[in-house]
Amino acid sequence: MRKLTLLLVVLLLGACAVQPWVRPYEREALADPLMSFSQDPLADGARTHVFEVREGARGAGRSHGGGCGCN
Amino acid sequence: MAPDGHTEAVVAAISERAFSELVARGTNAAVLLRGGTTMLALLFAAVVAGPVVAASLPEERADALYHYYSGGGIDVQGPALLIRKNFAEKYSINASYYVDSISGASIDVVTNASPYSEKRNQFGLGIDYLYGDTLMSISYTQSDESDYEARTLDVGLSHDFFGGMSTLAMGFSRGDDTVMRVDTSFEDTVDRFQYRLGWTQVLSPTLVAALSYEGISEEGFLNNPYRSARVLGASVQERYPRTRTSNALGIQANKYWGERSFVTQLKYRFYVDTWGITANNIELVFSRRLSEKTEIGLGGRFYTQTAANFYSDNFAQEFRYMARDKELSDFTSASIGGRVSYELFRDKGRLAKGKITLMFDRIHFNYDNFSDVRSGELYKFNANVFQLFFSAWY
Repeated sequence: MRKLTLLLVVLLLGACAVQPWVRPYEREALADPLMSFSQDPLADGARTHVFEVREGARGAGRSHGGGCGCN
Repeated sequence: MAPDGHTEAVVAAISERAFSELVARGTNAAVLLRGGTTMLALLFAAVVAGPVVAASLPEERADALYHYYSGGGIDVQGPALLIRKNFAEKYSINASYYVDSISGASIDVVTNASPYSEKRNQFGLGIDYLYGDTLMSISYTQSDESDYEARTLDVGLSHDFFGGMSTLAMGFSRGDDTVMRVDTSFEDTVDRFQYRLGWTQVLSPTLVAALSYEGISEEGFLNNPYRSARVLGASVQERYPRTRTSNALGIQANKYWGERSFVTQLKYRFYVDTWGITANNIELVFSRRLSEKTEIGLGGRFYTQTAANFYSDNFAQEFRYMARDKELSDFTSASIGGRVSYELFRDKGRLAKGKITLMFDRIHFNYDNFSDVRSGELYKFNANVFQLFFSAWY
C-alpha cells in the first residue's frame, strides 16, 4: 500500500514535467494583448462594479473589495 | 544506491529540455539528480522541472480613468487611478484610488425619500511576490461613504504548470463592513468571507479557457436601510435574513482567429445562493486590431435572475423576512457595448507606450415583478455607461 501511494505521488508529480503541447514559439497569438482575460484591470473592475451593484448575483468575476455606491 | 523502477519513471518523465531549464536556474536539485538519485531530489526536481516558461509579474503601468453612469434616475461619476511598479524582479506594488460621486434619486428613493447626493472614496494597496512559477498577492481595500464603510483584506496565490500551459489560482478575502443611516444613529455590521478557485488552460496556439469558482459567505445587516417593503400597499421596513451564502461558477474562452488580430471572447456564469436567487449571464465580445495603433471591440451581455424567496412587490400579509429591493426581484438585463483604443506614442522619455481608450455600454433593465408605484406598471429603465482612460507603460 505504501509503495502504491509512493508510486501515485511520483506519477502525479511527474505529470508536472509534461512537455507543453503549445511550444513557446507557437504562443504569439496567446501573447497578443487582445487575448488577455482582462486587458485593462482598472476599467474592467469599474465595469464589473456597475453590474454587481445592480444585480443579485456576484462572484466568479474579476473584482473584489468594497462598498456599494448604489442607492 | 541505484535508482529503482519508480525513480527511473520520474527521470524519464523529466524531459531533457526541462532538465536544461533546471540547470539554467542553477538549482541544487539538478545537481542532486545527476549525481544521484535520492528520492527527495527526484520529487523536488519533478515539481520544479515542470514549467519551462516561468510565471511573471503584472505589467508595469499606470491608468487614469474617468467613469460616468446615468440611468434609473441617478448619475454616478468620478475619477480612478491605478499605478503599478515592479522592483527587484520579484516584487510588484500597486496603489489605486476610485471615486463614485452619486446624485439624483433611484426609483426606490423617489417613492420613499428625497433625492440625495453622496460620494464614495475607495483606496487600495497591494503587493505581489514572484517565487519561481508562483505568484503570491496580498491587498487591502478601503471604501468610505457617509453611510457605508468597507474594509477588505485579500490574499491570493497562482502557480503555473506544464510550461505555462496551465495556471491554478486561489484566493481568500475577508470583508468587514459597517452599515449606517445618515438621518439616524443606526449602525450595524457585515462580515464577509470570499473563497476563489480558478484554473486557466492553454488549449491550442489560438485558444485559452478559464474555469473559476467563487463562494461568498456573509453575516450581518444585509438590507439597504433606506428601502421599504409593501404590505397591502403600506410601506414597512424591509427585513432580510442575517446570513447569505452564494456560489458562482464561471467559464471563459478566448479564441484568436487567423492572422487578422481578430479575437472572440465568450463568458458564461451560473450563480445560486441561499436566498433562492438563481442567475445566469452570458457575454460575447469581438475585438480587432484595425491598425498598429487602433483597436476596437464590440460585445453584448445578457443577464437573467429569479427572485429571492422572501421578495414580493406587495405582500398580502407580514412575514418574518420581507424584501422589495428590485435587485432581488425576477428581472433580465441586456447590454451592448464597445471600446476603441488608440496608441498615442511609443518610447517617449521614460514611457514605453501611451494609450487612450473609450468604453461604452448601454444597458436595458426589465423587471418582471417590480412595479413603479407611481404608475402601477412594471418598472424598466435604460442606463448609459462611459469610461475614458489614459494608460501608460514604463
